[in-house]
Amino acid sequence: MRWSRTRAAAENASTRGLKPGFISTVEHSFVARLGGVAKVADSWALRHSRGERAFASLSVLLLLTISLSGAGPEKHLSVYSVAANYSLPVVPHNGRDYVGLLELLEPLGAVNARTDGEHWRLRYNNLQAEFTVGKTRVHIQGKDADIPAAFTMENGRGLVPVSSLGLLLPRFLGGPVTLHEDAGRLFVGSVGTHFTASLAGDNPPRLVFNFTSPVSPAISTEPGTLRMTFSRDPLVAPASPTLTFGSRTIPSATYTEGNGAAVIAVNSTAPVMASFSNNGRTVTISAASNVSQKTASPASPPTGSPSAASTPGPGAAGNSSPLPRKYFAIIDASHGGDDRGESLSSTLLEKDVTLALARSLRQELESRGISTLMLRDNDANLTLDQRAGLANSAHAAVYVTLHASSSGHGVRIYTAMLPYETSVSDDRGPFHSWNTAQHSYLPTSQLAATSVASEMQKRQIPVRTLLAPLRPLNNITAAALAVEVAPQGSDVAQVSAPDYQQLVTSAVATAIAAARDRLGAAP
Amino acid sequence: MSVLVIAVLAMSLYAWHMRGRAAALPVEATDSRPIAPPVSGPTEQVTLYVAQDEDGSLRPQAARIPLPSGRQERAEELLRALLTLYLDKSSPHPLAPGADVRSVFLVDPGLVVIDLNAAFADGHRSGVMVESLTVSSLIRTISTNIPGVLRVKILVEGKERETLAGHADLSGFYDVAAVNQLVAELQPGQ
Repeated sequence: MRWSRTRAAAENASTRGLKPGFISTVEHSFVARLGGVAKVADSWALRHSRGERAFASLSVLLLLTISLSGAGPEKHLSVYSVAANYSLPVVPHNGRDYVGLLELLEPLGAVNARTDGEHWRLRYNNLQAEFTVGKTRVHIQGKDADIPAAFTMENGRGLVPVSSLGLLLPRFLGGPVTLHEDAGRLFVGSVGTHFTASLAGDNPPRLVFNFTSPVSPAISTEPGTLRMTFSRDPLVAPASPTLTFGSRTIPSATYTEGNGAAVIAVNSTAPVMASFSNNGRTVTISAASNVSQKTASPASPPTGSPSAASTPGPGAAGNSSPLPRKYFAIIDASHGGDDRGESLSSTLLEKDVTLALARSLRQELESRGISTLMLRDNDANLTLDQRAGLANSAHAAVYVTLHASSSGHGVRIYTAMLPYETSVSDDRGPFHSWNTAQHSYLPTSQLAATSVASEMQKRQIPVRTLLAPLRPLNNITAAALAVEVAPQGSDVAQVSAPDYQQLVTSAVATAIAAARDRLGAAP
Repeated sequence: MSVLVIAVLAMSLYAWHMRGRAAALPVEATDSRPIAPPVSGPTEQVTLYVAQDEDGSLRPQAARIPLPSGRQERAEELLRALLTLYLDKSSPHPLAPGADVRSVFLVDPGLVVIDLNAAFADGHRSGVMVESLTVSSLIRTISTNIPGVLRVKILVEGKERETLAGHADLSGFYDVAAVNQLVAELQPGQ
């Protein structure tokens, strides 16, 4: 109940255009009052008769019922995109979650639909699609695709399973999407707000959250916990869902997701409050001074400080780039969709191996506190220009594209071999030639390649560093390298073995982490 | 009757006149352009850069092959000699059966256009390394034996193609200087 009221208050405040700091202060005091009422009620219950307690229980139940009926158990899908962040109702159908496709695409472009009997035809920008009620096969721009459950209609609305969005949307939008299906959260393109958390000061202790974009969470408290609920912000998970700080007053925080929202719960042994600063990019959790003086713990360094605390982000040490940096690293699983890459064996395709390698590398990087964006996290087929465009728009410090091969042994690290063009003479002021965009980043790319090769050698993995005429390396405006993984011996199946993949990706991640200051300071 | 006689006389005079003009024209030189590669004749020593899949290297290999005098034809013969090695049973870098170079064009200043056939590209093995070896082998072999080459464009069946087999970029012009740097990295033991 407290949660619903608080979220509603936040949304109301937000629609009135109030500043996040105002929301937090108002809500904090509001929720604190609710907490106080609850404590009073507890002590009152101990002192009164059974009949009085039964009457009170009935009253509480009645209030709870009214409240729950008002809040409703409705599930939501939150959509985060560059164009807009919005929320859609999820419709249950045959035990699955569905969502209106027209409503989903509407904020993202020009869309219309018409019904023709059992057929539902959708036009999104210049792309046409046809769905049939009760069928899983859909036609998008002349191509067939199978969604995990049948398309359906309700009151003229075309509904598709939420689980199908990872497959459908890249075909409509021409770019990657990331679906957190269980949590009801959908990220379109290069959106995502990362955060760091670190302890500052010891009397009173302060826990400082820095976000890569302004945030407006709803704040609620209960004894021992302060919750920040992000329903409108594309907050993404830190490397570890549990962050520990080595403080007695604020020992830890946890990150969870559910029903279209992300929640950071800060655990405390004393009452705490939240305040906003830095235009909504910083939230400081601090203990009330009168209590903290009693419970002040000896200043102990944050032993288990979260890996996310060292995540390079805007304003991170060594980052002199004037452009906002949402992600430090971009991972590109090469190939995908119809482009299968090399057929490594009769059952092993390069596009599948690169996706597994990319996921492993993301995990390795994030465990080292490096914010990471994967350009594809499914079987989407992106063009080389799309990959470069997405990578460049993220203003990351390093781009890594992954390849796999049955030829040769070990790992090859490639940097761009630039085409002839007329080199930099094609540049016009601040505008650089697309074909040689990598030109001024080559020294940093070679630095990254050398660092990765060194880590491979430490792990006794055969490694070579070479130039390669491999797009989109030459189009990337950041340090850019390609990693081609071949088996160490003659068994090509090794490239899909998780332990071998982890050996390779941990070397890449360690190298990037070691060179992060130099990579972050690149032009 | 008299009209017919006059017509016959006029046509005879015209035919006599035309015969005389044909005899006065100089006899044109025989077209000496080859319509097929030479199979014999004087040979020249050239250097072929041969890809080795086993260790991912590019090795210079001396060869004596018959070469025509024209620069363009020489370039085509060089690449065909290279492809003969790759299409052999004991090839160190196998290419697809039927792989061939349709033609090579030399465009001044310093541009070479290599036109591969469809079998070459469609049947090429996929991979960053294996495709890079092929491209650098073709370009280095040409640039070593044909002086003055600065950039190379590779077409397939006369058309531009995005990649050779999913990796090596064919959309732009190869910078011979950059290829030479790659070739240096691809030397055995590097």
